[in-house]
Amino acid sequence: MTGQAHTGRPSKLLRNLSSKIASIPMMLTAVVIFLGGTIWTVVYSFTNSKLLPRAKFVGFDQYERLWDAPRWIVSIQNLAIYGAFTLVFSLVIGFLLAALMDQKIRFENTFRTIFLYPFALSFIVTGLVWQWILNPEFGVQSVVRSLGWTSFTFDPLYNADIVIYGVLIAGLWQGTGLVMCLLLAGLRGIDEDIWKASRVDGIPMWKTYLFIVIPMMRPVFITTLVIIASGIVKVYDLVVAQTSGGPGIASEVPAKYVYDYMFQAQNLGQGFAASTMMLVTVAIIIVPWAYLEFGGRKRV
Amino acid sequence: MSDTVALNPGPALAAATRAGVEPRGAKPRRALSGRNIMLYGTLAVAALYYLLPLYVMVVTSMKGMPEIRLGNIFSPPLEVTFEPWVKAWAQACTGLNCDGLSRGFWNSVRITVPSTLISILVASVNGYALANWKFKGADLFFTILIVGAFIPYQVMIYPIVIVLREMGIYGTLTGLVIVHTIFGMPILTLLFRNYFSSLPEELFKAARIDGAGFWQIYFRIMLPMSLPIFVVAMILQITGIWNDFLFGVVFTRPEYYPMTVQLNNIVNSVQGVKEYNVNMAATLLTGAVPLIVYFVSGRLFVRGIAAGAVKG
Repeated sequence: MTGQAHTGRPSKLLRNLSSKIASIPMMLTAVVIFLGGTIWTVVYSFTNSKLLPRAKFVGFDQYERLWDAPRWIVSIQNLAIYGAFTLVFSLVIGFLLAALMDQKIRFENTFRTIFLYPFALSFIVTGLVWQWILNPEFGVQSVVRSLGWTSFTFDPLYNADIVIYGVLIAGLWQGTGLVMCLLLAGLRGIDEDIWKASRVDGIPMWKTYLFIVIPMMRPVFITTLVIIASGIVKVYDLVVAQTSGGPGIASEVPAKYVYDYMFQAQNLGQGFAASTMMLVTVAIIIVPWAYLEFGGRKRV
Repeated sequence: MSDTVALNPGPALAAATRAGVEPRGAKPRRALSGRNIMLYGTLAVAALYYLLPLYVMVVTSMKGMPEIRLGNIFSPPLEVTFEPWVKAWAQACTGLNCDGLSRGFWNSVRITVPSTLISILVASVNGYALANWKFKGADLFFTILIVGAFIPYQVMIYPIVIVLREMGIYGTLTGLVIVHTIFGMPILTLLFRNYFSSLPEELFKAARIDGAGFWQIYFRIMLPMSLPIFVVAMILQITGIWNDFLFGVVFTRPEYYPMTVQLNNIVNSVQGVKEYNVNMAATLLTGAVPLIVYFVSGRLFVRGIAAGAVKG
């Protein structure tokens, strides 16, 4: 409880003691859980742990098995499709909405509240609502059919070929509001003089956006991109709620693979290997960004 | 969208596109210009799309099952009934328990309240130490913490299971509270560190000269000055923890399952007849807490997620 700084010349370790003691939870979390836990999982992904973790190393066996498993391949494909479409659509829709909101409109707060409220809901709620709306027996398909178009088919959740797009619809509904908010903040950060200058030069608005404003917003876009991307890799609850990975294994995702192998199939080694692959995916996204963002700044 | 008559309705489009280039500064009001119709039309259609699921949830939860089977999901209920709500709250079954979502609700309360308080307390002290009492190596831990925020939870789950099991609290609420504190730490620490750094340093120095120590300054100066940021952190944590599914399912026993997990078990259970109205009532009930927090907090919520977004 006592500030140590005023006690003459304390030893190095004791200096700032209260602060160090207060930071113990942070140090433990950072070193034991984040660093230690990650290393532990990576190390044990090279073992043949089943029900309990065992330090019997088998090289890359788990990874070979992983990449031979059809379910893992489907998971990766789904993640790639879901990820690519989520990135493109949430950025495009989010930016369009943000640009519309930036036109000095009335009711801006109302519109923002409406666009953003899905983000306050859990993925479970989101998944269940869209499961209901996309239900072919009662949902959109049946409504359109009852209007007279009897051959209309829209059953993404029951069609293995397109089920991931059904998940995508729900994911976009939940997440675009956030993207809009971030990009709107970015748009508000653009100097008004830019707009005045482009108006004086008679440049049409869409051209100003495309060739002047968007390039100026590069840092905002990159940050948004990283946020969306790291969210995509984690996608789990949405699939669990909306499709439970079905029909069959058609909408499986890597995070679900990890959970199922760790806690249901009692095959820890596979779970560790799969989660390590997730880590690698994230690293591929984060490392170049961190390098550009922080590595560059230091050199300047 | 006020309906004042357009001043020059004639060359609407050409003028409108030109007008669009000058959204700033005073100009004559042309409420019904083509530009405005396009603008508000698009926004209204988008708003409808975003509101649709909420609307469908509400109307479905107020219909009887016969009406659901016959009607379409978008039509308002002919006969409003609140029975599905009662059933979802008090009678819906998960496995052998048929005491409804209320159990999950109270579990979620018992998880969310201590998790929110403890995670904020720990993270605010961290942020304070990082901002005002930086020691050698502090930045290293902070960097690990922030980088760790990007690591998929799946990578760290099993080691945490082991740690909690060794401590004898795996499967208990205490264990889950610790997990929420751990994973809330990066973003909250960042939030508080940035906020405390923005406070005038003279204040801190004056308190130091007056002989105040670490905790004294924290409780008597920093805490009272930082209520807004504590509210932002609370909003962030309450919605985040309430909406959590993965940690609830991994780190608790079935009798402690939070509301999201129980909801999923109710709706996606394979036994019995599907009662869509009860399912939607249950879904709404689960979404109600974060929604209320969202609507009440308004701009603070936006501030919270913006703060959460600019990590790194």
